[in-house]
Formats: sequence, structure tokens, C-alpha cells
Amino acid sequence: MRNAFVKQLVKQASANKNIILLTADLGYTVFEDYQKKLPKQFCNVGVAEANMIGIATGLALSGKTVLAYSIASFATLKTVEQIRNDTCVHNAHVIIVGSGSGFSYSNSGPTHHTLEDLAIMRTLPNLTIFSPADPQEAKWCLAQALKLKTPVYIRLGKKGEPNLYSKKPKLVLGKPGIIKQGKDYLVITTGNIAYNCLLAEKILEEKGLKGTILSMHTIKPVNTKVLGNFLKKYRHIITVEEHTLLGGLGSIISETIVDLKLKNCELKKIGVPDTFTFVSGDIKYIRDLYGLSPEKIADTILKELKK
Amino acid sequence: MKNKAKEIRKQILKMAYESNSAHISSSLCVVDILTVLYWDIMKINPKHPNDKNRDRFILSKGHAAAALYTVLADKHYFDSKLLQTYNKNGTLLGDHPIYGIPGVELATGSLGHGLPVACGMALNEKLLNTKKRIFVLISDAECQEGSVWEAILFAGQHKLKNLVLLIDYNKLQALGKTKDIIDLEPFKEKFQVFGWNTQIIDGNSVQELKKTLASRSISKPTAIICRTIGGKGVEFMENDWQWHYKNLDKNLYELAVKLIDK
Repeated sequence: MRNAFVKQLVKQASANKNIILLTADLGYTVFEDYQKKLPKQFCNVGVAEANMIGIATGLALSGKTVLAYSIASFATLKTVEQIRNDTCVHNAHVIIVGSGSGFSYSNSGPTHHTLEDLAIMRTLPNLTIFSPADPQEAKWCLAQALKLKTPVYIRLGKKGEPNLYSKKPKLVLGKPGIIKQGKDYLVITTGNIAYNCLLAEKILEEKGLKGTILSMHTIKPVNTKVLGNFLKKYRHIITVEEHTLLGGLGSIISETIVDLKLKNCELKKIGVPDTFTFVSGDIKYIRDLYGLSPEKIADTILKELKK
Repeated sequence: MKNKAKEIRKQILKMAYESNSAHISSSLCVVDILTVLYWDIMKINPKHPNDKNRDRFILSKGHAAAALYTVLADKHYFDSKLLQTYNKNGTLLGDHPIYGIPGVELATGSLGHGLPVACGMALNEKLLNTKKRIFVLISDAECQEGSVWEAILFAGQHKLKNLVLLIDYNKLQALGKTKDIIDLEPFKEKFQVFGWNTQIIDGNSVQELKKTLASRSISKPTAIICRTIGGKGVEFMENDWQWHYKNLDKNLYELAVKLIDK
């Protein structure tokens, strides 16, 4: 996903000299090609994320289109006041790119896990939030972010995510993307954990159960009407997110159900409980701990359907 | 120019008294800096505040907004009648500047934000090879914020010669004297070793400010450490850190105006 994103960025920035990419000294094996082709549109600001957001805002207020890149937790949590006071208050065209979201850096401990970003970022006025599930969505999110001219946060996975749509999707800002359609249950997910949802669906398909999988590539703004039309069609709704259960995707769906006064749906939220993760392990291991492996997602859905 | 600064100081007192507002001494001490910048140094176009060829000024110590508003009104960025609404219900002129007020380049209030944003603006002008300058005013105690030093390192590294940092060196902060809370000394040397042109001047001297600000740096960013007196012009406020928060009653207001006129 990250590689597809950067490839697309090289293409867009080559055509638009007004684009400038800042990094807080991260992006090893990611930005070499960009830097080589577009050295005047690249600046490593050093290990100084807060300063990066300030600089990005100053550049944007002077007319530049700025991308500010770091590991997702550093890009959003260390900098939250700069994102709010500098970028969002001034509605500046800064695109914050947080890479390695969720448990992408599973072995690196809670400092590198990014599980609170969506909850915190979605409270900031003027900020559009994208959380792509696969390379196709990532490229689309970048194109949208460049068109918007207002603050954007893009939450990226790391690398190696496969394409999830069987054919080229028609993606629309604020409306969920339909990865899979089925009648028995509705899974709403976001980011690269969507792949595990697709694998879970395959497990359940073997048991004769077919579900719909929606990708919330846009976390903010959400087209509530369109989302509500999906929610109305299903009794069993399951949200799956590699993020804390507090304030993220599950909360968005809960809020939507309450706001639309939907009475007939039963919501189950799969995600990370209110805790830090001190145990180390690869991403498969850590995801499994929190019920985010394909098998455990399938088990949870099955239990819900039996209720 | 001295009379202009006096008029601005009296207007600040009036606004603070009528709205029962704080941050009076913080506003009074930067009046001379703002006056010289807006009347003698900066290339501005108040009729078109977003003129592409303008120099830019960021008041990073946003709590001196009353001084900035008074200067902007006097330069006709907006109708001076608006000053009567300062800190009152429904006004845009709160006690920290809001983005959207003509002439305000950056909404500030939380310290440590102005210099990084100014670095971005200066970097842009450097990339475009323009002659425009970016001025930013921070307080000395603001240098206790880590983000300020991130930006100081960045500006030194990138030789942002079009960046002019003015430091309101009144040696006071909200709860006491800077030296008793987090001592900044040796102050000048810190900037020098970070690769900046650095000078210490009398920040309440119009002549010194004019002379210093008129010269342009050849290769490095410039830090002008402006020795100022908190509450400048009002004897009972001068160098008393408590006037960061105190308000004026009628008697004190009338006395303060007399002292300015003295």
C-alpha cells in the first residue's frame, strides 16, 4: 500500500511542482526514488515532528501543497496541537501521511503502535481523514487529498497489502467502498485489517454464509445517509478495526445507529480494548491476541449470527 | 514615532480597561517593535492584506493581541471602531488573534507555534528566490517550549536569511521572573551556536530597532533579542510580572494614561 502510494505521489508531484514532501527523517527505502527525481520538492526536516507540521502549515499558507510524513503515531500524537492550531484552524492544505498504522510495527511496542489516531483526529474541525484498505484505495485517497485544498490525514498500512476489490472500484469520498456483497451479515472495516475481514468471509462462505464487507476509506466526513441505507438492510453488523474501541470506526457506526434511530440492528465491535500492548510479536500474533485474525473474526461473526 | 507609540499604548490601556482584560504589560512592552515594523520596515499593503508581495509578521506571543490590533487598525487593515469591541461578546478581536482578522497572518495563543510556521513561510520564499522577509515575535519565556528550538535548528540548517526572529526579552513570565523559573542565559550565545546572526538591542528604542531591522542578513537567519520593559510606559506596571494577569480599575486606568503622557 505504501509503495503504491509513493509511486502515485511521484507521478502527481512530477506534474505539479507546487507539491512538496516533508519527512521527519523517516521513509528508508520509501522516498529514494522521489528524492532522486524531485530533489527540490523534498525536505527532510529532521527528527522534529511538531516542527514539521508548523513548517508544513507555513508552506501551505504561502501557497504550497504539502505532504508531511512520519510513522502514524509520531505524525498524529506528538503533533496534535500543531495539527489543530496550525493546520486545521487555518484550513491549510497540509496532507499528513501516517505510515505503519495499527500494529504494523507490532514488535516495536506501544510507542510505535498507532491505535488512538482516528479517535483523536476525527474531533478536529476541517480535517478530512482517509484510511485506505488496499493499494487502489491508497492511490485514490492521495488523488482526493491533493484535490481538496484543505487539511487531510491519510492513515496508511505499511507494505505488502494486496488489492481487495475484484474489479476497479468506483470510490466516492464519504461513502463506503463495497469489497464484497452478501446477505447474511454486514462487516464494516477500515484500513489494512480489511484483508483479514475478506479472509474471514471466505471461512464463513465455506459454511454457507455470505456477508457484505464495506471499507470505510473515508473516516471523516461520513455520508450518513448512504451508510444508514446499508445499516438498515442488516440485522447483524460487525465493525472491525485495528484501533482502540474508543472513538474509532465502531464508535462512528454506534453514533450513526443512534443518530438515525435504527432499532433492528445488532452491533458487535471488534477492535483493541482500552489497554497498551507490552507483549511483542509479529503482526499476525498481535492481531490474533485481539481477535483480529481471520479465524477469530470469523468465529465472532458466527457467534453473532447464532444469537 | 514616539507619539505614535504613546497613542498606541493609550489605546491598549483603554481597551484593557473597558473590557477588564489582562495581558496589559505584555502588550505595552512590544509596542515599539510593532510600530517600527509596520511604519518603517515591512512591505505591506493594508488595502490588500493578502498581497502576494507583502512581508509577513507573526505575533507568536498571541497574548499581546491588543497591541497588534491597535497597530493594524491604525494602518487601516480594518475600521478602528472595531477596537471598541475588543474582548466583548460577539467580537472577532479576542485576547489572542484569530485567523480571518485582516492583517493577522497566524492565529496564535499556545506558545511555540509561530516560529515553526514562520520557518515554513521563509522556506517557501527561499525556494521561490524572493526578497520577502518573514518577521516573527516571540516572548523570551516562549523559548522554554521545545518546538522553538526545533525551528531554530531548522532555520540554521537551511540558512533562512529572510527570517527575522524578534524576542521580547523582558525577563518576565506568567508566574515570576524567567531566571527563577527556567533561566535562559546565556541567551545570545545559544542562538549564535545554532547558526544565527544574533544581536541584543534596546527593544523599546525606536532608533535602535529601526537601525537593526533595516539591515538584511547575507546568509543566516537573524535573531534580535529585544531588551524590553514589561509594562513599558506605566511606571507601576514596569517589570512587575503580576501585570501579566492583573486588570485595571478606574483609578489605575486614569493614572496609567497620565503616566504614558508624562
